[in-house]
Amino acid sequence: MAHTEWKDAPGLPDFSLLKRLARDQLIFLLEQLPGKKDLFIDADLMSPLDRIANVTILKQHEVDKLYKVELKPIFVLMFTDLVNADKVAGRFRRYKIIFTPQKFYACETVLEEQGVYGDVTTDEWNFYILPLDDDILSLELPEFFRDNFLEGDQRWVTTAGSALRLLQSVYGSFSKVYGIGRCAKMVYESWRELMEDGEQRTRQPEFAKVFLVDRDVDFVTPLCSQVVYEGLVDDLFRIKCGSVEFGPDVTSSDKSIKVMLNSQDKVFSEIRNEHFSNVFGFLSQKAKNLQTAYDKRRGMDIQQMKAFVADELKGLKQEHRLLSLHIGASESMMKKKTKQDFQELLKTEHSLLEGFEIRECITYIEEHINRQVSMIDSLRLLCLLSITENGLLSKDYRSLKAQYLQSYGIEHLLTFANLRQLGLLEEQQAGETLTVMESKVGKLVNDKTVGKLTDAFSSLAKKSNFRALSKRLALVPKSGEEYDLRVPRDMAYVFSGAYIPLSCKLIEQVLERDGWTGMEEVTRMLNGQEFAVTARSKTDAQRIVLVMFLGGCTFSEISALRFLGKERGTYYVKQME
Amino acid sequence: MTRAKPEDDEYWNSSKFKAFTFDDEDDEFSQLKESKRAVNSILVDEDEDEDDVERVSWSGEPVGSISWSVKETASSIRSGSEQSFPKIDTTPSLSKQGSGYSLSSLFKAKSKPVTEAFRKIQATYAPELRKPKSDGKDFVSDLSPEETVRRMQKGRPFSLEKFRSLQDKLLLLDEAVAVYDGNVITAVSQILFRELMARDVALRHYVHYLKEMGEQKLLLMHYKEHLNIKDEGRRRDFLKSCLSLPFSQDDATHVQDHYTLLERQIIIEASDKKADAEIFKKFPRKASILNMPIITTLYYSCFYHYGESEGTFSSPSNIRKTFRISEKQYILTALGARAKLKSWFDVDSLFNTKNWLGYTKKKSPIGFHRVVDILHKNSAPVQVLQEYVNLIDDPDLKLSGALKYKCHDVVINTYRDLKDRQQLIVYREKLERDSPEYRKIQELLNNVQIRWKN
Repeated sequence: MAHTEWKDAPGLPDFSLLKRLARDQLIFLLEQLPGKKDLFIDADLMSPLDRIANVTILKQHEVDKLYKVELKPIFVLMFTDLVNADKVAGRFRRYKIIFTPQKFYACETVLEEQGVYGDVTTDEWNFYILPLDDDILSLELPEFFRDNFLEGDQRWVTTAGSALRLLQSVYGSFSKVYGIGRCAKMVYESWRELMEDGEQRTRQPEFAKVFLVDRDVDFVTPLCSQVVYEGLVDDLFRIKCGSVEFGPDVTSSDKSIKVMLNSQDKVFSEIRNEHFSNVFGFLSQKAKNLQTAYDKRRGMDIQQMKAFVADELKGLKQEHRLLSLHIGASESMMKKKTKQDFQELLKTEHSLLEGFEIRECITYIEEHINRQVSMIDSLRLLCLLSITENGLLSKDYRSLKAQYLQSYGIEHLLTFANLRQLGLLEEQQAGETLTVMESKVGKLVNDKTVGKLTDAFSSLAKKSNFRALSKRLALVPKSGEEYDLRVPRDMAYVFSGAYIPLSCKLIEQVLERDGWTGMEEVTRMLNGQEFAVTARSKTDAQRIVLVMFLGGCTFSEISALRFLGKERGTYYVKQME
Repeated sequence: MTRAKPEDDEYWNSSKFKAFTFDDEDDEFSQLKESKRAVNSILVDEDEDEDDVERVSWSGEPVGSISWSVKETASSIRSGSEQSFPKIDTTPSLSKQGSGYSLSSLFKAKSKPVTEAFRKIQATYAPELRKPKSDGKDFVSDLSPEETVRRMQKGRPFSLEKFRSLQDKLLLLDEAVAVYDGNVITAVSQILFRELMARDVALRHYVHYLKEMGEQKLLLMHYKEHLNIKDEGRRRDFLKSCLSLPFSQDDATHVQDHYTLLERQIIIEASDKKADAEIFKKFPRKASILNMPIITTLYYSCFYHYGESEGTFSSPSNIRKTFRISEKQYILTALGARAKLKSWFDVDSLFNTKNWLGYTKKKSPIGFHRVVDILHKNSAPVQVLQEYVNLIDDPDLKLSGALKYKCHDVVINTYRDLKDRQQLIVYREKLERDSPEYRKIQELLNNVQIRWKN
C-alpha cells in the first residue's frame, strides 16, 4: 500500500525502539528482585507484554512461574491475601507490585488500608506506548474513554502527556501542536509542564507536527459501519493489540488461529485500506499471479529448481498462506454481512448522515429492535440518529427506549443513562428554544459577542450540530453523484463515498491552513476548545504528523488519514485505546 | 467487600487465577495447510516451514541499553530553559468545570452502588493521608501548594501536613485541579473528606447536594445491583424494594416492569420445569426462562403456551397486555415462534381479518416482504411463501422476492401482467423442461390474445 508512494517522503522513524525501551525497563525492574520469582500478570497486560518480551527473556531473568490474573479490581486485594497467607504459613518471600504505565496514590492507600504497606514494595514500569505497526502507536488504555468522558476522571491526562514527552525525547521535538477538545488541551498543558521542568531540553531536530483530538469532538464517525477491509475485520472479529483471532469458519479447519495484522503481512498491507468491494477482485488476481509464479517450475532443470527453491519458494508459500487466510476472512464477512441485511443497514446510515427520510430510518431502527437482531447495531443506530438529529423527539425517545428494553433486557436502563450523560443518545430538551434566542440576540451584537453568547448557550445545551457542520465542511457529497470506489477522489471512500470522517476533515483543514483561522464557525459548533501553538520553528517542512485520538479511533479513520498522507506527504497515526 | 481468605495453595488453582504460560504459537500455521479452494488449486509440496509470520520479531534482537542511556542523558542535559511552546489560554470556566466535576465524581466512586459509595466515604476519611517518604520530611513540609502538587506529580517526597486550614486545603485542591492530574486530585481530595467529616453540618449539606446532583444516576447504580444477585427469589425481592425509590417517571415504569417480569418468570419456570405436555417433549426447553428479556419471554410463551386464555400468566395475550407490547412487535414475535413450529395455520390466522361481507383478507402491520423473509428463514414450503409473496405491495420487492424464493407462479404472473415476453423466455430457460411452470409459460407464449410489449 503506502510504502511505494512514500518513497519520496521522509521515512518514518523506527518505532520499534519504543519496544526495546519498555523491555529494558522491565528487565531492570525484574533484576531489582534478584533470584527466583513468580510473576502475576494482569490479563489486560498480557497481549502488550507479549509484543515486547517473550518467555525466554523472562526466564533469563529468573522468572519461575507465570500467572494470569483475570479480575483487575481485586488485583491488589488478591495480593494482600497472598501476603497474609504466607504470613500464616510462616513462609518468607519478598513482594513487589509493579504498576504500569504509572502508579496512583489510590493504590498505595489501598495497600495501607489492608495493612500490608510495609510488606510490599511498589514500582512503576513506564510502558507508555506500544507500536502496533510502522505507523500506529497505541497507549493500550481501553479504559481511557470511559474514565475520561463518562466518569470525568482525569487520571490518564498525565499518562498521555508523558507519552508525548517520551516520543519527543527519543525522536526529536515537535514543531507545531494543534488540538481540539477539553482533554486535548489538558494533555497539551500536562506535556508542556513536563517539558518545562527541564528534564529534556536538548536541541534536537524537529520530527513531527502533532494534532490532538478528543473523541467526543467526533462521535459520528465511530458510529458508522466500517467498509474498508481492516475496519470490517475489526467490526466482525475484533482486532486487539494488533492481532486478530480467526475462527474455524475462516481457517476452514477445526481450530482458531491468531494472526498479527500489520504491514509485515504483504497481502494484508495491500488490502487493509481498500473498500471491501475491491478486495475480492484483488485477491483473485493475486491468486492468479501466485499460480503463474508456481508454474515457472515446470520445465526447470535441477540447477534452476534449486535456485527457485532457495530464493522464491519460501516467499511464495508464505504468500499462499496469507492469501488463503484473507480469502477465508472475506468469505466469512460476505456470509455474515448478507445475513444481517447489511445493505439495508448501510442505506439507513447513509440516510441519517444525509438527513434524508428520517421517518423511514426510525421505522427501520424500530424493526431492527423488534426483531431482536444485534443489540449493538441497534444501539449504534439509535446513537447515530440522536447525534445527527441533535437528539430524539421526546415521544420517539421514549418509545424506542421502551422497545429496546423490552427486546434486550431492562437492565439496559443504565446504558441509556450513560449514553445520555455522554451526549450520545439524548432526548430533545426545551433547550431548543435557546437556539432561537441565540440567533435573535446574535443579530443585535457583533460577532465576538455572538461567539461568547454561543459558548454560554452551548454549555447549557451541548449539541452536536452535525447537520450544520456537515454542510459547512462538505462532509456528505451530493447524492446522485457517481463515486468510483476503485479510484477514490477523497476520504469519503472509506464510507462508500457517502461521508468524509469529521475528525479527519478537521485535521486536513487545520493542517492546510496551519491553524484554525477561518474556521471560527466550525469550532464554535464544536464547542470551542481549539488551539494551535508553534515552536520557535526554523523549518516548517515537517511532513510527519502525529495524530493523537484521545479516547480511541477507528480503522476507517486510520485508512482515511493514510489516504490523506499519500496525497500530501506522510501522516502518521497514533491510536489510543 | 467480603472475600474468602485463602487457606492454602489450592486457592491459586481456583478458576480466577490460572497458571499461565505464553502461547507457543509455533505450529499454528501448519494447521492451515489446507488453504481455501481459490488458492488450493495451486500444487505445492507442503513441507514444513519454520518461518512464522505471526510472531513478533523480537527474537535475536540484542538487548540494547538505550532506555537507560536515554534516561540518564535526559536528566543530565539541562540546558537553558528557553520556552519553545507557549502556555495556552485555558479559559477560567474550564478549570471551574473541572473542579466541580472531579469532586462529585469522587463521590460517585466509579460505578459503585450507593451503599458502597457511602461506605467509601467513611473508609477514606479516617486514615492519615499517605505518609511522606522519610527523606527530606522537614524540608518538604514547608512547600507552597504549587510546589507540593508538582512534587506529587513527579512522585517526589511531599507532605500535606502543612495544609491544615480549610482554605489551605482548598488552595491545594485548586492547584491539583489546575494541573489536570487525576491521580493528584484524588490524593488531595482525601484530606478534604477528613475536613468534612469533622464538620457534621457541612457533611450533611454536602451529601445532600450530591444526592440531588447525581440522584438519578445513583438510583440506577443501586438498581443495577440486582445483577449481582444469583438467587431469583432474592433478586425479585430486591427489585421489589427498588419500586419505592424516586426514579424518574419514565424509569419507574421500566423498573416496575422488571419486577413484574421476574415475578411471572418465576411462576412460569416453576410450572414448566415439570410440565409434561406434548410440546415440551417434542421440543425440550434448552434453557430456563428466568432473566430473559420481555420479548424473549413473549416468544417463549408463543412457542409453548399459544392459545392459552388470557387469565394465565404464561399466555401470550396476558404478557402482551401486561407489558403494553405493540401490535407490530407482537405479530413479529408470534410469527417467529409459530413459523419455527411450522404451524402455518397459526401463521395465517395472525394476518387474517374478516371484512363486513365475511371475506377473509390478510393485513399486516409489518411489510409482507419482512413476513416472507421470516417464513423463509424458518423453511416454509413454497406454497406458503407464494401466498405471502403475492401480498407484497411494492411490485419491485414482490418480483425480487418471488425470484429469490423461486415462487414460479408469482414470477410468471408478474411478467405476464407486465406483458414482458422477453423476460418470460429468459425465465423459461431456467426451469426444468416439461415442469408445470415450464408448460405454463409455453401456453402463455402461444397465447395470441396477449399483446406483448416486446
